[in-house]
Amino acid sequence: MPELPSDPINSLIKELSSLPGIGPKSAQRITYYLLRTNETQVTALADALITLKKKTKLCRICCNVSENDICSICSNPNRNPTLVLIVEQPQDIVAIEHTGAYHGRYHVLHGSISPTEGVGENDLRIQELLARLQDGAVKEVVIGTNPTREGETTALYLKKLISPLGIKVTRLARGLPFGSELEYADDTTISNAFEGRQDF
Amino acid sequence: MAKERTYKTTGIVIRKTKLGEADRILTFFTPDYGKIQGFAKSVRKTNSKLSGHLELLTYSSLTLTKGRGIDTVIGSQNIDSFLSIKNDLYRISYALYMAELIEHFATDEEANPELFDLYLGCMKELGRTPYPLYLLRYFEVNLLTNTGFRPEMDQCVICQTEITRSNHGGFSPSAGGMLCSNCRDHSHYYGYPLSWRTCQLIKDLQKYSWEELENEPPDSSILNETEMLLKRYITFTLEKEVKSYAWLNHLRLLADVK
Ligand SMILES: [Zn+2]
Ligand SMILES: [Zn+2]
Repeated sequence: MPELPSDPINSLIKELSSLPGIGPKSAQRITYYLLRTNETQVTALADALITLKKKTKLCRICCNVSENDICSICSNPNRNPTLVLIVEQPQDIVAIEHTGAYHGRYHVLHGSISPTEGVGENDLRIQELLARLQDGAVKEVVIGTNPTREGETTALYLKKLISPLGIKVTRLARGLPFGSELEYADDTTISNAFEGRQDF
Repeated sequence: MAKERTYKTTGIVIRKTKLGEADRILTFFTPDYGKIQGFAKSVRKTNSKLSGHLELLTYSSLTLTKGRGIDTVIGSQNIDSFLSIKNDLYRISYALYMAELIEHFATDEEANPELFDLYLGCMKELGRTPYPLYLLRYFEVNLLTNTGFRPEMDQCVICQTEITRSNHGGFSPSAGGMLCSNCRDHSHYYGYPLSWRTCQLIKDLQKYSWEELENEPPDSSILNETEMLLKRYITFTLEKEVKSYAWLNHLRLLADVK
């Protein structure tokens, strides 16, 4: 069967296949599922997709996704404005907020430095971060990038940029994950766990 | 070497690509099979037993099973995680650059134990030497020799006259090495000018072991010139830009500001 760009089935399969984690088989399954679904449900999905794009922007302060110019965390007077946690992705904020353990603000980089993939400083929200650190209101920056090679590279780079500003720079502890067994831990994790050991 | 259905090898992770929700496709450089790819399930989750053993720039033992397309990593254990580079922004960046060069120059599924030894040796040295930029030049020159792109430094690539202090006429990436001044003036090749000491340094890098070279580090102007020349030659040879160059340049500017 020749693939026509105007063919509604194939064009939806093509769009869905471009999403992360969805291969051509899944895209096909979703397409045929939607074909059988009633129109109200499909309309609701389409509306949600369009609203996502039209009604969200990046917070002017922390670069998190937000419905308003300033996100709900940055505009919350109960959040400590002197403490900023730097994360790679908006999804990281969801995980941290779920714990209720953190009461400062955030900064979202939208990625991590990856020299071999051509991702450098200008592809991340680093200039926005430096701009917001200029007025001296922030006293401590906690770097919460992932404990991966790219996350570590980003953390070391940010430390180099932020330390000269006279702001305290800390790093989220990278040690043994809860529920894991020491026997299976890798060398870097064990080494980090030793470096980050604390009075007990 | 023909692979069994389930086979063991060792390898350094030179590239990783996200796949789906929590999986990765990894590229390993191995002494037994050259460059191979492996599918690593769920390694992006914090409770994965394999993730730290399969992070970029770690050297690990590997157990893989053959698949219809790509092989799957079913076991892994650290051999060397190069811990002495892990807190150094510059050395990590240099190591990533070496990994990118290996990715470009090494052959898929073809053993090259000499190249593996060069790479592993340089990764170990990177955490120890006071001259990491000098080590990178040693790595580049020997990588080029090993993969068949050794630039000709001893004689003119056109007329085979021996290159001396008085007749050296520059370096031509497209001709594959040095030109004498006569051929530079009378052929269509362009010779990038370089100092005689830089020419000698590249010859030394081709000839001596790292242990011998490390005793006599060159001064930084020679090293910079060598870096520029090799960068030009490598970019010409690969017919594409090495992505890490932009980042290495950025770091250099950052260091100069301080
Ligand atoms: Zn915000
Ligand atoms: Zn000649």
